[in-house]
Amino acid sequence: MKTTAIARIGAHPLDEYLRTDRLPHIWCPGCGLGMILGTVLRAIDKSRLDIDRTTIVSGIGCTGRAAGYVKLDSFHVTHGRALPFATGLKLANPNLKVVVFSGDGDLAAIGGNHLIHAARRNIDMTVICVNNFIYGMTGGQLGPTTPEMGRTTTSRKGNTEKPFNIPYLVGAAGATYVARWTTAHVRQMERTFIEALQKKGFSLVEVISPCPTYYGRMNEQATGLDQMRYYRYNSVVKHFANLADVDISLDGQIIVGKFIDIDRPYLPAPKGENGK
Amino acid sequence: MGKKVGMEVSLAIAEAAKMANTDVVAAYPITPQTHIVERLAELVANGELDAEYIPVESEHSAMSACLGAVATGARTFTATAGQGLELMHEVLYVASAMRLPVIMSVANRALSAPLNVWGDQSDLMAVRDTGWIQIICENGQDAYDNTLCAFRIGEDKRVLLPVMVHVDGFYLTHVIEPIEIPEQDKVNHFLPPFSYPLPLDPDKPLTMGAFAPPILFSEAKKAQEVNLRAAKPIILECWAEFAKIFGRQYKPIEQYRTEGAKILLLTLGSFGETAMAAVDKLRDAGQSVGLLKLRLWRPFPFEELRQTVSGAELLIVVDRALSFGGPGGPAFSEIRSALYSEKKRPRILGFVGGLGGRDLMVAEFEGMVKRALEMKPSGAEQEFEMYGVRE
Repeated sequence: MKTTAIARIGAHPLDEYLRTDRLPHIWCPGCGLGMILGTVLRAIDKSRLDIDRTTIVSGIGCTGRAAGYVKLDSFHVTHGRALPFATGLKLANPNLKVVVFSGDGDLAAIGGNHLIHAARRNIDMTVICVNNFIYGMTGGQLGPTTPEMGRTTTSRKGNTEKPFNIPYLVGAAGATYVARWTTAHVRQMERTFIEALQKKGFSLVEVISPCPTYYGRMNEQATGLDQMRYYRYNSVVKHFANLADVDISLDGQIIVGKFIDIDRPYLPAPKGENGK
Repeated sequence: MGKKVGMEVSLAIAEAAKMANTDVVAAYPITPQTHIVERLAELVANGELDAEYIPVESEHSAMSACLGAVATGARTFTATAGQGLELMHEVLYVASAMRLPVIMSVANRALSAPLNVWGDQSDLMAVRDTGWIQIICENGQDAYDNTLCAFRIGEDKRVLLPVMVHVDGFYLTHVIEPIEIPEQDKVNHFLPPFSYPLPLDPDKPLTMGAFAPPILFSEAKKAQEVNLRAAKPIILECWAEFAKIFGRQYKPIEQYRTEGAKILLLTLGSFGETAMAAVDKLRDAGQSVGLLKLRLWRPFPFEELRQTVSGAELLIVVDRALSFGGPGGPAFSEIRSALYSEKKRPRILGFVGGLGGRDLMVAEFEGMVKRALEMKPSGAEQEFEMYGVRE
């Protein structure tokens, strides 16, 4: 942490990374997004990344708002298109460190096609997928990750569709680094973000995050604290778990940890490898 | 008589789709439309509506799923807004060309960038040429009534075209209005069950939307154009029948205090009611001002427009969308073009305002009339202004 920031009375140590004029943010009390954004910024700070070459791209939704709060080059793109936009950025300027910070609805539903293709092509970028099991911004509708029997405003009697297991999906598509934590694992999350930021290739960290306003309230975890307690008592750390087994159910275990860390050729290819 | 209830307009639209006994709803959440489909999902879940609710993964999929549903002969409804309508864009053309009457509410919203979820009609204008029948609503009752009418018009065997019912996002979707909800048996009487003449049926196989080489394509498009224009008398017939049963008469262009008016304002959608108040004030002040409210956007009501403006000296068209680098607001441009061949036509000026949720109040409409009277004829390119913009 930079002492200059800490020394300023009343200032937050991460202020230099935030557009403080845009605060307060719009996230609800009990939402996990503040914690996750703070952790990403600490990880960027500790990784000593050149912030003039670090960009954050996000799509639409509650998580998507993050791009507007960070004092980095940031892009708030159309719904679902954070990954193709980030692909363009990275391939046109391989010197950039590209971080995609978006939600499960944006990345796995409307942008689901891009998620598997970015992983398949192993584009060198870090994706932070905040999963709150629901479309929060529009008022709590069924999403691609809503657990079976999870209640939402468009599945009042409980979801009957099988949700995506995101680590399994991107792992199968070819991602070289995949991890999952919850907002009850801030320290582990920070270490993982630092590792993911250094990884060459497509890295994805799924962060399970509370949405008490919609998901929690409709699924017997009415407050942010209830959801955090659930994560604390039901999370099981299993590094390199069999990804077919890391499905999330309505009231079962949440398997967390680092699941994949492999190396394979990535894009953009390092200089000299493809004749450049 | 039906029951008048205080109801959020989005919920009233959902109620209309429910009372129409919709079979399939496929939708994706987007502000400011979401309450409509959320309510329909709830009605399906609690058994009040026997329908399939498909929570698709994007608007492109929503419209595609709707096409599939209609192709089997199911009564199909969806709703979207702004960016969602744009994501549906390519499928919209397919719906009209394949004569698949999907009924859709559009909660009109600005288009990115910058990201803006509030109301304007940029989305409406961007889908102008998709071949859909398009009705623009002024208030909640209008939205309920015309959602019902949309099913009857679109599914009519002489029409078989998809219909968009436009309601201004937030200005209409999120307000609570007194809305008369009719008895179900009257709705059943007004709206016969949907019977699609050529549904996909394994016993009688057919191919839809197949490839058309240059030798066929123009003929297919001509047929579509003839079909859409021919829908107008059927729309009028539907509105006449609606008036007979429910007592409310809709017209392609509504007139308000136009008797002998020298100056006419023309608005689309929820601007109408604000402009009515402005017209009242101007009339009280002795000015000869009236108001036209354009309800039927496609097929365009050329005759009605020519008749209603024939006595005016000045016509002021207020657009809630901008055609960048073009001749002015899209409605202004179309209206001016529609009147070009008239021997006697008013001078036509355009204003673009109320973008991305910016309010235009009564005083602003009065201001536009004042400003229009000051504007000197200065050649076609300067005949419109963006109103109320900080320079």
